Amino acid sequence: MNYDYLLTGPTWTTASVLLLALLVVPALGAAVVAVLPARRDRQARIVATGFAAVTFVLSLVPFFAGERGQGWVAFGGPRDTAPLTPWVNLDLPWVPALGLRFHLGIDGISYPLVVLTGLLTLLCCAYTVRKVPKDGGPGRTLSALLLILEVGVLGTFLSLDLILFFVFFEVVLLPMYAVIAGWGGSERRAAARKFVLYTLFGSVLLLLGVVLVVTKAGTGNLIALTGAPGLTRTTQYVVFALLAVAFAVKAPLWPLHTWLPDAHTEAPTVGSVILAGVLLKMGTYGLIRVGVGVAPLGAEWAAPALGILAVIAILAGSLICLRQRELKRLIAYSSVGHMGFVLLGIATLTITGLQAALLGNVAHGLITGLLFFLAGTIKDRAGTGSLDQLSGLRETAPRLAGLFGFAAIASLGLPGLAGFWGEAFAVVAAVRRGGPFWLTLAILGAVGGALTAAYFLRLLRRLTHGPTTPTVHALRSSTAAVEWFAWTPLILLTLAVGVIPALVLAETALPLTTLLGGHP
Amino acid sequence: MSQSIDHFALLPLYAAAGTAILAFLADLFVAKRAATVAVTALGALATAVLALVVGPEAGTFCTTGACSWVATWPAAVTAALFAALTAGVLALSVPALRLGIAPAGEFCFLLACSMTGGVVIAYAGDLITLIVGLETLTLPLYVLVGLRRSGPAGRAAAASVTFFLISIVSTAVTLLGAALNYAATGAVHLALLHAASGPFAPLAGVGVALLVIGLAFKVAAVPLHAWAPATYDGAPLPIAAYLSTASKLGGVLALAAVVSRVDARAVTAVLAVLTMTIGNLVALRQTRMVRLLAWSSIAQAGYVLAALALGAAGVPAALAYAVLFMVLEFVAFTVVVALRRPGADGGALLDHRGAGRRSPWLGAALVLALAGLAGLPPGLAGLFAKLSVVNVLVQQNWSWLAAVVVLNAVIALAYYVRVAASLYSLPPRIGRSVADPVLVDAALHPRLPVSRPVAAALAVSVTVAVILGFAPQLLFDALT
Repeated sequence: MNYDYLLTGPTWTTASVLLLALLVVPALGAAVVAVLPARRDRQARIVATGFAAVTFVLSLVPFFAGERGQGWVAFGGPRDTAPLTPWVNLDLPWVPALGLRFHLGIDGISYPLVVLTGLLTLLCCAYTVRKVPKDGGPGRTLSALLLILEVGVLGTFLSLDLILFFVFFEVVLLPMYAVIAGWGGSERRAAARKFVLYTLFGSVLLLLGVVLVVTKAGTGNLIALTGAPGLTRTTQYVVFALLAVAFAVKAPLWPLHTWLPDAHTEAPTVGSVILAGVLLKMGTYGLIRVGVGVAPLGAEWAAPALGILAVIAILAGSLICLRQRELKRLIAYSSVGHMGFVLLGIATLTITGLQAALLGNVAHGLITGLLFFLAGTIKDRAGTGSLDQLSGLRETAPRLAGLFGFAAIASLGLPGLAGFWGEAFAVVAAVRRGGPFWLTLAILGAVGGALTAAYFLRLLRRLTHGPTTPTVHALRSSTAAVEWFAWTPLILLTLAVGVIPALVLAETALPLTTLLGGHP
Repeated sequence: MSQSIDHFALLPLYAAAGTAILAFLADLFVAKRAATVAVTALGALATAVLALVVGPEAGTFCTTGACSWVATWPAAVTAALFAALTAGVLALSVPALRLGIAPAGEFCFLLACSMTGGVVIAYAGDLITLIVGLETLTLPLYVLVGLRRSGPAGRAAAASVTFFLISIVSTAVTLLGAALNYAATGAVHLALLHAASGPFAPLAGVGVALLVIGLAFKVAAVPLHAWAPATYDGAPLPIAAYLSTASKLGGVLALAAVVSRVDARAVTAVLAVLTMTIGNLVALRQTRMVRLLAWSSIAQAGYVLAALALGAAGVPAALAYAVLFMVLEFVAFTVVVALRRPGADGGALLDHRGAGRRSPWLGAALVLALAGLAGLPPGLAGLFAKLSVVNVLVQQNWSWLAAVVVLNAVIALAYYVRVAASLYSLPPRIGRSVADPVLVDAALHPRLPVSRPVAAALAVSVTVAVILGFAPQLLFDALT
């Protein structure tokens, strides 16, 4: 097959240097922070925050520097849709023997996630300057690991080469293990091991899928592979099955979610925020970009099964949350439900559904990030996360209780806040898909949404209202500046995305049309 | 009939053999430990450089259509690797030699002899040369495994005898296989090996199977692996490093030479599946450092065998995997040597608890090596090694074997991560909290100084691992 027409000439432009810088700056930051001596621990954490801030600024730039909206210029050639046209593109050979190219690009699908990653890493690094989890390793190591995680996540979102995607997908594995095992709670070892073995199981399936695609199609170039099925039907089925399981572990999709509650409960606050905010998104992003993009026939074939599992995840997540007695565990299980909505959106294989999924992704990153920050603060102050001992928070810490109420209400999907659009339109997309099957899924999903409201209201009733317990009574109510710094952007963005969802969706229609093979 | 000999192509061999003789003479006439060690190290480095300088050459000792000494790029690279590993193992031994734990002269001479065998294997063009090379590689190791003046003599002797007996049997099996194959096909040159036809076909089949099984002993493939953990654990640490790198590389090269010419797919595939699965499962339960590394290196041999099960198509991937694995394994052993007292054994895993906190650089190097062995970043070299094996298996439509390989990688991560995490775990609380446990731990485990040769070996091997991690294409180019 001839894909030369896609590999356009010289690739070194200012904008493509920017892509490289997005990965090099945090990597360099991690190296610098790691070699700083132990007595400069605090300075090292500030340096890490500086590098994270630079990366965040860089992550905003592609929107202004790239060439957007030229998708139809390249129209033509042996395909019935426009190829993916990344705003910025960087394509260099790396390991020809393995068919691996260093091919990065950014477009409307990945851009919101890239910015989200930059933002959350910055907030977590800043948070670490003041708050290093007790009973753990040195704070500068934690900051360095956060920056390495950022390299892996950004690389995954930017990769336009399948093998490169896999390599970056693997990068996050051990640093996240180290974050949980080094700075987590009392059962951190077991939780970290469960996390790393589960996710490695997922990524080895990804490896098989990716190698299979590259072998059969003769290229790992996602631009060439997307929406132009050069793979036979059987290959697509096999590839999609492998990729779906791989990403379902990461996302996580019921019944492969069991690592998540343990990991979240034991992880330090920043670890939970990064895990929920960006690491889970690698799974759903991968499913959209690689799964649906490369094996559309496989996606069509597996969509009903994916839809059923997604709805089960929504219902199971909500029902489990109704019975949870531990704050962080409850938020973790609520993630299972939210990711269920995202996967339901993907399973419909419509533009609306995928847009709902992308929006749900970003909203979940913002809201659950905020929830974990707040839960971390509460747990930190009260010394326990048990809901039996936490009650009447509004008496002693009214502002904290108010913010938690805001985040919980955003998470249950109140219209006007970020959580609403993703979940509502996942259900709408399922209804529009038509037929008794999708209609049933839509109804069950909506019921799950109602259950979500039920458990969050139950949580609020217990946590913020109710009689004050001795633990809560002894709680310090003052809030550190760094905590406000970490919370404010998330609160504002939750409002902003809720009011103007186009912030996330503006540039997604074109690439999604291509992903779906031109059939909206 | 006399034939001309291309002495230029033989230069690496001359250098290796010359090193052994020089080491011997230096010990005899100068009788200074430093001189002997320096001569051997320089000789080994000269061998490596000469192998790369000579590069690919026309073969020598030729008959019609085949040569007994074949100088190609893969041969040159692997010969250089043998020499480099020898120099590295020598560097690791320096602290122990300084203390007089083993006699320096004998040690250097035997190590250089072993290196000569490795160089012969790399360039061998016929089965006889190959087996002679393997024996030259292995024979000095029987002595080296047991060569120590102090310490638990019983274990070293037992290790030495186990290794000796198993090796003898495997050589006999290999020779029998070569003989049967020769009887059936009349070929000993690798280039002339071919499948037999007619009434001799079953005989040749048995010959090939015996050949592969005999060579599988050398790479410690299951079910012919039982000698490895006991021998590694009983041997001095640097020799254990040599056994699991250079000696194993010899076996891999010999197997690659055989399976790429004759059909041994079935037996190699079975060996591969057994080796990686059992190696990984048993490694999960190990509590001693060297035994864990031994079992993990058994499992790693399984991945190499998986690529070799493809025949000629899998050889480049198998060699690339083997080379990358050797580098990472060497880094791991070097860190263990640096963390232990000179002449000590690898100790229990518990002895290494918190070592990464006390010596951050050594801890980081061991994490890099273990991550690489698990096939994960930051050990990119290991990631690309796994990727190349999976890639070639899928390309040749052996996806089921690729699936076995990757699932094994998940099992393997469980124990690699256990070791890596224990390096950073906090010391256990001792009774009541009367003192800072970290301080008590630091007082009980003083940071040992790392001697310069060991530090140099570590720096070089880590640098190579990092370079190959970012530019694996260098290696892939060199091996094809």
